[in-house]
Amino acid sequence: MLYIPGNNPAMIQQAGVYGCDAVLLDLEDAVALNQKDAARILVRNMLKTVNFYDTEVCVRVNNFHTPFGLTDLEEIVPLQPDNIRFPKTETVADVKEFMKEVRRIEKEHGIKNPTMTIHVMIETAKGVANVYDIAAADPRIDAITIGGQDLTADMGIIKTPDGVGIDYARKRIVMAGKANDLDVLDTIFADVNDDEGLREETEYIKKIGFAGKALINPRQVDVVHDVFNPTENEVRKAYRVYSEFIKNKKAGIGVFAIDGKMVDAPVVQRAITVLEYAKIDLKEIEKNAG
Amino acid sequence: MTPKFKAQAGTFESSDIMILIEPLEKDSGRKVDISSTVILQFEEDIKKTINQVLDRLQVEGLHLIAKDKGALTQTIEARVETAVKRSLGIQEGTM
Repeated sequence: MLYIPGNNPAMIQQAGVYGCDAVLLDLEDAVALNQKDAARILVRNMLKTVNFYDTEVCVRVNNFHTPFGLTDLEEIVPLQPDNIRFPKTETVADVKEFMKEVRRIEKEHGIKNPTMTIHVMIETAKGVANVYDIAAADPRIDAITIGGQDLTADMGIIKTPDGVGIDYARKRIVMAGKANDLDVLDTIFADVNDDEGLREETEYIKKIGFAGKALINPRQVDVVHDVFNPTENEVRKAYRVYSEFIKNKKAGIGVFAIDGKMVDAPVVQRAITVLEYAKIDLKEIEKNAG
Repeated sequence: MTPKFKAQAGTFESSDIMILIEPLEKDSGRKVDISSTVILQFEEDIKKTINQVLDRLQVEGLHLIAKDKGALTQTIEARVETAVKRSLGIQEGTM
Protein backbone atom coordinates (compact mmCIF):
# COMPACT_ATOMS: atom_id res chain seq x y z
CA MET A 1 0.00 0.00 0.00
CA LEU A 2 1.59 3.22 -1.22
CA TYR A 3 1.09 6.33 0.92
CA ILE A 4 0.39 9.45 -1.12
CA PRO A 5 0.23 12.89 0.50
CA GLY A 6 -3.30 14.23 0.11
CA ASN A 7 -2.10 17.65 -1.00
CA ASN A 8 0.00 16.40 -3.92
CA PRO A 9 -2.09 16.46 -7.12
CA ALA A 10 0.68 15.06 -9.35
CA MET A 11 1.02 11.91 -7.29
CA ILE A 12 -2.69 11.41 -6.75
CA GLN A 13 -3.58 11.68 -10.43
CA GLN A 14 -0.94 9.04 -11.24
CA ALA A 15 -1.80 6.75 -8.32
CA GLY A 16 -3.29 4.06 -10.53
CA VAL A 17 -0.14 3.48 -12.56
CA TYR A 18 2.45 2.83 -9.85
CA GLY A 19 1.73 -0.90 -9.85
CA CYS A 20 0.96 -1.23 -6.16
CA ASP A 21 -2.06 -3.18 -4.89
CA ALA A 22 -3.45 -0.22 -2.98
CA VAL A 23 -2.87 3.47 -2.42
CA LEU A 24 -3.53 5.45 0.71
CA LEU A 25 -4.49 9.07 0.11
CA ASP A 26 -3.31 10.69 3.30
CA LEU A 27 -5.09 13.57 4.99
CA GLU A 28 -3.26 12.95 8.27
CA ASP A 29 0.47 12.99 8.99
CA ALA A 30 1.60 13.70 5.41
CA VAL A 31 -0.30 17.00 5.34
CA ALA A 32 0.85 20.16 7.14
CA LEU A 33 -1.57 21.57 9.69
CA ASN A 34 -2.22 24.72 7.62
CA GLN A 35 -2.99 22.66 4.48
CA LYS A 36 -5.56 20.23 5.91
CA ASP A 37 -8.43 22.09 4.23
CA ALA A 38 -6.68 22.14 0.85
CA ALA A 39 -5.85 18.43 0.98
CA ARG A 40 -9.39 17.45 1.96
CA ILE A 41 -10.93 19.33 -0.98
CA LEU A 42 -8.30 18.04 -3.40
CA VAL A 43 -8.74 14.38 -2.34
CA ARG A 44 -12.51 14.75 -2.54
CA ASN A 45 -12.27 16.05 -6.13
CA MET A 46 -9.74 13.40 -7.13
CA LEU A 47 -11.90 10.57 -5.76
CA LYS A 48 -14.74 11.81 -7.93
CA THR A 49 -12.78 11.98 -11.17
CA VAL A 50 -9.50 10.03 -11.25
CA ASN A 51 -9.37 6.51 -12.67
CA PHE A 52 -7.37 4.41 -10.21
CA TYR A 53 -7.78 1.32 -12.45
CA ASP A 54 -7.68 -1.83 -10.28
CA THR A 55 -5.70 -0.21 -7.46
CA GLU A 56 -7.59 -0.27 -4.18
CA VAL A 57 -8.07 3.22 -2.74
CA CYS A 58 -7.94 3.97 0.96
CA VAL A 59 -8.24 7.42 2.53
CA ARG A 60 -6.62 8.10 5.89
CA VAL A 61 -8.64 10.74 7.68
CA ASN A 62 -7.55 12.64 10.75
CA ASN A 63 -8.51 11.26 14.11
CA PHE A 64 -11.72 12.97 15.14
CA HIS A 65 -10.21 14.05 18.42
CA THR A 66 -8.48 16.63 16.21
CA PRO A 67 -10.34 19.65 14.73
CA PHE A 68 -10.16 18.02 11.26
CA GLY A 69 -11.42 14.46 11.69
CA LEU A 70 -15.16 14.96 11.52
CA THR A 71 -14.95 17.34 8.53
CA ASP A 72 -12.77 14.77 6.75
CA LEU A 73 -15.45 12.14 7.29
CA GLU A 74 -18.22 14.46 6.06
CA GLU A 75 -16.36 14.95 2.76
CA ILE A 76 -14.95 11.48 2.19
CA VAL A 77 -17.56 8.99 3.45
CA PRO A 78 -20.21 9.97 0.84
CA LEU A 79 -17.71 9.07 -1.91
CA GLN A 80 -17.22 5.54 -0.54
CA PRO A 81 -13.57 4.85 -1.35
CA ASP A 82 -12.65 1.16 -1.00
CA ASN A 83 -11.56 1.77 2.57
CA ILE A 84 -11.19 4.51 5.11
CA ARG A 85 -8.41 4.40 7.64
CA PHE A 86 -8.95 5.39 11.25
CA PRO A 87 -5.60 6.47 12.71
CA LYS A 88 -4.46 6.24 16.33
CA THR A 89 -7.21 3.83 17.34
CA GLU A 90 -6.83 3.17 21.03
CA THR A 91 -10.05 1.66 22.38
CA VAL A 92 -13.27 -0.06 21.36
CA ALA A 93 -15.06 3.15 22.32
CA ASP A 94 -12.99 4.98 19.68
CA VAL A 95 -14.16 2.53 17.01
CA LYS A 96 -17.79 2.77 18.14
CA GLU A 97 -17.69 6.58 18.05
CA PHE A 98 -16.01 6.53 14.63
CA MET A 99 -18.48 4.06 13.17
CA LYS A 100 -21.42 5.97 14.58
CA GLU A 101 -20.33 9.02 12.58
CA VAL A 102 -19.61 6.96 9.46
CA ARG A 103 -23.08 5.36 9.57
CA ARG A 104 -24.78 8.70 10.27
CA ILE A 105 -23.14 10.27 7.21
CA GLU A 106 -23.99 7.27 5.02
CA LYS A 107 -27.60 7.44 6.17
CA GLU A 108 -27.79 11.19 5.50
CA HIS A 109 -26.53 10.56 1.95
CA GLY A 110 -28.92 7.71 1.31
CA ILE A 111 -26.17 5.08 1.08
CA LYS A 112 -28.11 1.93 1.91
CA ASN A 113 -25.52 -0.72 1.03
CA PRO A 114 -22.15 0.79 1.91
CA THR A 115 -19.18 -0.95 0.32
CA MET A 116 -16.45 0.96 2.10
CA THR A 117 -14.53 -1.05 4.68
CA ILE A 118 -12.57 0.21 7.66
CA HIS A 119 -8.86 -0.09 8.41
CA VAL A 120 -7.92 0.51 12.03
CA MET A 121 -4.42 1.77 12.72
CA ILE A 122 -2.63 0.96 15.95
CA GLU A 123 -0.05 3.60 16.80
CA THR A 124 0.10 3.85 20.58
CA ALA A 125 0.94 1.55 23.47
CA LYS A 126 -2.67 1.81 24.62
CA GLY A 127 -3.86 0.72 21.18
CA VAL A 128 -1.51 -2.28 21.25
CA ALA A 129 -2.81 -3.24 24.69
CA ASN A 130 -6.42 -3.14 23.45
CA VAL A 131 -5.87 -4.53 19.98
CA TYR A 132 -7.76 -7.82 20.39
CA ASP A 133 -10.94 -5.98 21.34
CA ILE A 134 -10.40 -3.29 18.68
CA ALA A 135 -10.02 -5.90 15.92
CA ALA A 136 -13.41 -7.36 16.82
CA ALA A 137 -15.16 -4.06 17.45
CA ASP A 138 -17.08 -3.76 14.15
CA PRO A 139 -17.87 -6.15 11.29
CA ARG A 140 -16.83 -3.57 8.67
CA ILE A 141 -13.22 -3.63 9.86
CA ASP A 142 -11.34 -5.75 7.31
CA ALA A 143 -7.74 -4.74 7.98
CA ILE A 144 -5.57 -3.71 10.85
CA THR A 145 -2.27 -1.94 10.56
CA ILE A 146 0.62 -0.85 12.74
CA GLY A 147 1.96 2.69 12.63
CA GLY A 148 5.60 2.22 13.57
CA GLN A 149 6.67 5.86 13.59
CA ASP A 150 3.98 7.07 15.97
CA LEU A 151 4.22 3.93 18.09
CA THR A 152 7.93 4.35 18.73
CA ALA A 153 7.33 8.02 19.52
CA ASP A 154 4.57 7.06 21.96
CA MET A 155 6.85 4.46 23.57
CA GLY A 156 9.69 6.97 23.84
CA ILE A 157 12.07 4.82 21.82
CA ILE A 158 13.87 5.09 18.49
CA LYS A 159 12.83 2.83 15.61
CA THR A 160 15.96 0.85 14.84
CA PRO A 161 16.59 -1.02 11.56
CA ASP A 162 16.13 -4.38 13.33
CA GLY A 163 12.68 -3.26 14.53
CA VAL A 164 13.26 -4.78 17.95
CA GLY A 165 11.34 -2.06 19.79
CA ILE A 166 8.10 -2.73 17.94
CA ASP A 167 8.50 -6.51 17.57
CA TYR A 168 6.09 -7.36 20.37
CA ALA A 169 3.52 -4.91 18.98
CA ARG A 170 3.85 -6.33 15.48
CA LYS A 171 3.27 -9.88 16.66
CA ARG A 172 0.40 -8.97 18.95
CA ILE A 173 -1.31 -7.02 16.15
CA VAL A 174 -0.82 -9.93 13.73
CA MET A 175 -2.45 -12.34 16.19
CA ALA A 176 -5.37 -10.00 16.82
CA GLY A 177 -5.88 -9.63 13.08
CA LYS A 178 -5.62 -13.33 12.34
CA ALA A 179 -8.00 -14.15 15.19
CA ASN A 180 -10.59 -11.95 13.50
CA ASP A 181 -9.86 -12.92 9.89
CA LEU A 182 -8.46 -9.47 9.01
CA ASP A 183 -5.64 -8.48 6.68
CA VAL A 184 -2.70 -7.23 8.70
CA LEU A 185 -0.49 -4.56 7.17
CA ASP A 186 2.94 -3.47 8.33
CA THR A 187 4.33 0.00 8.85
CA ILE A 188 6.49 2.02 6.44
CA PHE A 189 10.21 1.59 5.80
CA ALA A 190 11.51 5.14 5.95
CA ASP A 191 14.85 4.91 4.08
CA VAL A 192 13.91 4.94 0.39
CA ASN A 193 17.57 4.46 -0.61
CA ASP A 194 18.01 1.22 1.32
CA ASP A 195 16.49 -1.50 -0.87
CA GLU A 196 18.31 -4.27 0.98
CA GLY A 197 17.01 -3.07 4.34
CA LEU A 198 13.50 -2.90 2.89
CA ARG A 199 13.84 -6.43 1.53
CA GLU A 200 15.07 -7.80 4.88
CA GLU A 201 12.28 -6.11 6.81
CA THR A 202 9.65 -7.28 4.30
CA GLU A 203 10.92 -10.87 4.45
CA TYR A 204 10.69 -10.72 8.24
CA ILE A 205 7.19 -9.30 8.40
CA LYS A 206 5.99 -11.83 5.82
CA LYS A 207 7.36 -14.62 8.02
CA ILE A 208 5.47 -13.41 11.09
CA GLY A 209 2.17 -13.10 9.26
CA PHE A 210 1.69 -9.67 7.70
CA ALA A 211 -0.21 -9.61 4.40
CA GLY A 212 1.37 -6.41 3.09
CA LYS A 213 3.46 -3.37 3.83
CA ALA A 214 3.04 0.39 3.72
CA LEU A 215 5.30 2.18 1.23
CA ILE A 216 6.28 5.81 0.95
CA ASN A 217 7.84 5.82 -2.52
CA PRO A 218 6.88 4.08 -5.78
CA ARG A 219 10.48 2.82 -5.95
CA GLN A 220 9.68 0.47 -3.06
CA VAL A 221 6.83 -1.32 -4.85
CA ASP A 222 8.91 -3.87 -6.77
CA VAL A 223 10.97 -4.95 -3.75
CA VAL A 224 7.88 -5.64 -1.65
CA HIS A 225 6.10 -7.44 -4.50
CA ASP A 226 9.21 -9.51 -5.09
CA VAL A 227 9.14 -10.71 -1.48
CA PHE A 228 5.40 -11.34 -1.27
CA ASN A 229 4.94 -12.91 -4.69
CA PRO A 230 5.32 -16.69 -4.47
CA THR A 231 8.08 -18.28 -6.55
CA GLU A 232 7.22 -20.37 -9.61
CA ASN A 233 8.18 -23.50 -7.68
CA GLU A 234 5.86 -22.54 -4.79
CA VAL A 235 2.99 -21.94 -7.22
CA ARG A 236 3.53 -25.25 -9.01
CA LYS A 237 3.61 -27.11 -5.67
CA ALA A 238 0.48 -25.31 -4.45
CA TYR A 239 -1.29 -26.06 -7.73
CA ARG A 240 -0.49 -29.75 -7.36
CA VAL A 241 -1.61 -29.85 -3.71
CA TYR A 242 -4.92 -28.17 -4.45
CA SER A 243 -5.53 -30.25 -7.56
CA GLU A 244 -4.89 -33.51 -5.66
CA PHE A 245 -7.04 -32.25 -2.81
CA ILE A 246 -10.01 -31.78 -5.18
CA LYS A 247 -9.56 -35.25 -6.69
CA ASN A 248 -9.28 -36.91 -3.27
CA LYS A 249 -12.19 -34.93 -1.90
CA LYS A 250 -14.42 -36.31 -4.65
CA ALA A 251 -13.32 -39.80 -3.65
CA GLY A 252 -14.21 -39.02 -0.03
CA ILE A 253 -10.57 -38.89 1.12
CA GLY A 254 -9.59 -36.02 3.43
CA VAL A 255 -5.93 -36.79 4.11
CA PHE A 256 -3.53 -38.08 1.46
CA ALA A 257 0.15 -38.01 0.54
CA ILE A 258 2.21 -36.34 -2.19
CA ASP A 259 5.78 -37.59 -2.66
CA GLY A 260 5.55 -39.33 0.69
CA LYS A 261 4.49 -36.18 2.60
CA MET A 262 1.14 -35.96 4.35
CA VAL A 263 -1.33 -33.41 3.00
CA ASP A 264 -4.10 -32.37 5.38
CA ALA A 265 -6.36 -29.34 5.78
CA PRO A 266 -3.66 -26.84 6.96
CA VAL A 267 -1.40 -27.80 4.02
CA VAL A 268 -4.30 -27.27 1.62
CA GLN A 269 -5.07 -23.91 3.23
CA ARG A 270 -1.47 -22.76 2.78
CA ALA A 271 -1.62 -23.88 -0.87
CA ILE A 272 -4.80 -21.85 -1.37
CA THR A 273 -3.08 -18.78 0.12
CA VAL A 274 -0.16 -19.17 -2.33
CA LEU A 275 -2.55 -19.55 -5.27
CA GLU A 276 -4.49 -16.49 -4.19
CA TYR A 277 -1.28 -14.43 -3.98
CA ALA A 278 -0.46 -15.66 -7.50
CA LYS A 279 -3.98 -14.63 -8.61
CA ILE A 280 -4.75 -18.13 -9.89
CA ASP A 281 -8.41 -18.98 -10.24
CA LEU A 282 -9.24 -21.86 -7.88
CA LYS A 283 -12.36 -22.69 -9.89
CA GLU A 284 -10.20 -23.34 -12.93
CA ILE A 285 -8.12 -25.86 -10.97
CA GLU A 286 -11.30 -27.49 -9.67
CA LYS A 287 -12.59 -27.82 -13.25
CA ASN A 288 -9.32 -29.32 -14.48
CA ALA A 289 -9.10 -31.70 -11.53
CA GLY A 290 -12.59 -32.96 -12.20
CA MET B 1 -20.40 36.86 -1.06
CA THR B 2 -17.33 39.03 -1.00
CA PRO B 3 -13.88 37.94 0.20
CA LYS B 4 -12.83 39.39 3.53
CA PHE B 5 -9.15 38.47 3.43
CA LYS B 6 -6.28 37.97 1.05
CA ALA B 7 -5.82 34.21 0.65
CA GLN B 8 -3.93 31.66 -1.37
CA ALA B 9 -4.07 27.94 -2.13
CA GLY B 10 -2.00 25.50 -4.16
CA THR B 11 1.68 25.31 -4.97
CA PHE B 12 4.10 26.01 -7.81
CA GLU B 13 4.74 22.27 -8.24
CA SER B 14 4.10 20.56 -11.56
CA SER B 15 0.44 19.53 -12.05
CA ASP B 16 -0.65 22.11 -9.49
CA ILE B 17 -1.89 25.69 -9.63
CA MET B 18 -1.34 28.56 -7.23
CA ILE B 19 -4.40 30.70 -6.65
CA LEU B 20 -4.18 34.08 -4.95
CA ILE B 21 -7.33 36.02 -4.07
CA GLU B 22 -7.46 39.67 -3.08
CA PRO B 23 -10.68 41.41 -2.01
CA LEU B 24 -11.82 44.31 -4.19
CA GLU B 25 -14.13 47.20 -3.44
CA LYS B 26 -17.83 46.38 -3.30
CA ASP B 27 -19.52 46.07 -6.74
CA SER B 28 -16.15 45.75 -8.45
CA GLY B 29 -17.03 42.40 -10.01
CA ARG B 30 -14.28 39.89 -10.73
CA LYS B 31 -10.84 40.24 -12.19
CA VAL B 32 -9.08 37.02 -13.19
CA ASP B 33 -5.43 36.95 -14.32
CA ILE B 34 -3.93 33.68 -15.51
CA SER B 35 -0.40 32.64 -16.29
CA SER B 36 0.24 29.05 -17.26
CA THR B 37 2.81 26.73 -18.76
CA VAL B 38 0.05 25.63 -21.14
CA ILE B 39 -1.49 29.05 -21.70
CA LEU B 40 -1.71 28.75 -25.50
CA GLN B 41 -3.71 25.53 -25.40
CA PHE B 42 -5.78 25.90 -22.25
CA GLU B 43 -6.22 29.54 -21.22
CA GLU B 44 -9.94 29.57 -21.99
CA ASP B 45 -10.52 26.21 -20.27
CA ILE B 46 -8.71 27.36 -17.13
CA LYS B 47 -10.65 30.63 -17.08
CA LYS B 48 -13.93 28.79 -17.59
CA THR B 49 -13.16 26.36 -14.74
CA ILE B 50 -12.21 29.19 -12.38
CA ASN B 51 -15.36 31.14 -13.19
CA GLN B 52 -17.57 28.08 -12.77
CA VAL B 53 -16.26 27.58 -9.23
CA LEU B 54 -16.69 31.29 -8.41
CA ASP B 55 -20.26 31.14 -9.79
CA ARG B 56 -21.07 28.02 -7.77
CA LEU B 57 -19.74 29.62 -4.58
CA GLN B 58 -21.44 32.92 -5.51
CA VAL B 59 -18.38 35.07 -4.95
CA GLU B 60 -17.86 38.54 -6.40
CA GLY B 61 -15.63 41.50 -5.62
CA LEU B 62 -12.26 39.84 -6.00
CA HIS B 63 -9.05 39.82 -7.93
CA LEU B 64 -7.93 36.25 -8.61
CA ILE B 65 -4.40 35.55 -9.80
CA ALA B 66 -3.70 32.02 -11.07
CA LYS B 67 -0.22 30.63 -11.77
CA ASP B 68 -0.74 27.26 -13.40
CA LYS B 69 1.75 24.44 -13.86
CA GLY B 70 -0.45 22.09 -15.86
CA ALA B 71 -3.10 21.30 -13.25
CA LEU B 72 -6.03 19.07 -14.17
CA THR B 73 -9.54 20.51 -13.98
CA GLN B 74 -10.32 18.86 -10.63
CA THR B 75 -7.13 20.34 -9.14
CA ILE B 76 -7.98 23.83 -10.40
CA GLU B 77 -11.46 23.47 -8.92
CA ALA B 78 -10.04 22.31 -5.59
CA ARG B 79 -7.51 25.12 -5.33
CA VAL B 80 -10.02 27.84 -6.25
CA GLU B 81 -12.54 26.47 -3.75
CA THR B 82 -9.89 26.34 -1.02
CA ALA B 83 -8.68 29.88 -1.72
CA VAL B 84 -12.25 31.22 -1.77
CA LYS B 85 -13.17 29.53 1.51
CA ARG B 86 -10.01 30.86 3.11
CA SER B 87 -10.71 34.36 1.81
CA LEU B 88 -14.23 34.20 3.21
CA GLY B 89 -12.91 33.05 6.58
CA ILE B 90 -14.86 29.77 6.33
CA GLN B 91 -11.74 27.73 6.90
CA GLU B 92 -8.19 28.42 7.91
CA GLY B 93 -5.09 27.96 5.84
CA THR B 94 -2.11 29.98 4.80
CA MET B 95 -2.22 33.83 4.59
